[in-house]
Amino acid sequence: MTARTDAVAANPVEAFLRSDRMPHIWCPGCGIGTTVNCFARALLQAKLNLDRVVVVSGIGCTGRVAGYLELDSFHTTHGRAIPFATGLKLANPELTVVVYSGDGDLVGIGGNHFIHAARRNVDLKVICVNNFTYGMTGGQVAPTTPLGALSTTTPYGCFEQPFNLPQLAESSGAVYVARWTSYHVRQLTHAFGEALRKKGFSFIEILSPCPTLYERRNRLGDGLEMMKYFKEQSLVRHGAPTKELGLTFQGPIAVGKFVDRERPTFLETLNQQLARTLEAQYAGCAGEHVRD
Amino acid sequence: MDAEPTAPPGAGQPVEKTRRVRGVVYINGLRCKGCGFCIAFCPPKVLEFSSEFNPLGYHPPHLVRPEGCTGCDLCGLYCPDFAIYAVMIKNEPEDTRPPAPPAEGAPP
Repeated sequence: MTARTDAVAANPVEAFLRSDRMPHIWCPGCGIGTTVNCFARALLQAKLNLDRVVVVSGIGCTGRVAGYLELDSFHTTHGRAIPFATGLKLANPELTVVVYSGDGDLVGIGGNHFIHAARRNVDLKVICVNNFTYGMTGGQVAPTTPLGALSTTTPYGCFEQPFNLPQLAESSGAVYVARWTSYHVRQLTHAFGEALRKKGFSFIEILSPCPTLYERRNRLGDGLEMMKYFKEQSLVRHGAPTKELGLTFQGPIAVGKFVDRERPTFLETLNQQLARTLEAQYAGCAGEHVRD
Repeated sequence: MDAEPTAPPGAGQPVEKTRRVRGVVYINGLRCKGCGFCIAFCPPKVLEFSSEFNPLGYHPPHLVRPEGCTGCDLCGLYCPDFAIYAVMIKNEPEDTRPPAPPAEGAPP
């Protein structure tokens, strides 16, 4: 017999998970688990020292990721994943700091932190799982809810213009911007690997189904139906101008890698400026010695 | 409901044209929440919902055409519950397939 139901320990991603917390709280058909699966495989392929990889999450369904990954992780207050991660990175620049959170947490509650971390080009890998709604709190309208979509707080259809997240990230200053969906597992794993190697503010938006709140309210079927929509409506447009990447309700989705550029990071500019001003008095910030 | 391995329908039945098995699928039926991603996106379509329930009350997938599996592990990449993965077998006769790993870590 080829299929075995008793095999658990040898799953390649099992080493990255806190198995005692499984099964996780995510609903059947939710895509967050798929993104975590891809992230674990990217870590596996990247061959990083896992003692130096940190995952920071905010509040929300995606915020639970930090609690399920067997890495140093922190579950911050709502919207404050990026400030915490910034402090972590500045205090210990050797760490690879990943911010893994949802759209409501990152660009809704924590939107101010998001644009300023991108502006300063803090060396963070920001992963935003976009399910178009505030999932954990009951399906309220989010800054990413498409026009016309129903939510608990917009029962007659959303009338707020949603964020175009790749454009927001690029115009704020991110050096790596990509968008994939939870259907594009291989591309997503590759993008995670690229972001982990990239120096500077890297941003990956992942569209993901929310079958319980977003889809049921909008009568879009289950998680699998949403995955099929991602499959049929996605068009790979690497390098496309990010102003063209806005999303509409059940409309076409442009996916791909849109921005990959170089800019000095926050720590580099900090050290450069202070070394220039203070000269010999300056010993370098956070363990980085400028006067070598 | 116990989660003992269940034989797929057709197991033990004579197959007219036998193909060498190229991949092995490992399914942890205890963790599965029956989202169906693995079944829908399996390229050779070798998985189907089992008729049995797991302790969570969902129908986990089972392998219906073992000879079709290529071991591409796309099911493993899609699974949001880390409940399935596949391993490729390279140039090995069927009887030297790697044995299934032990059941340690499986909830009772």
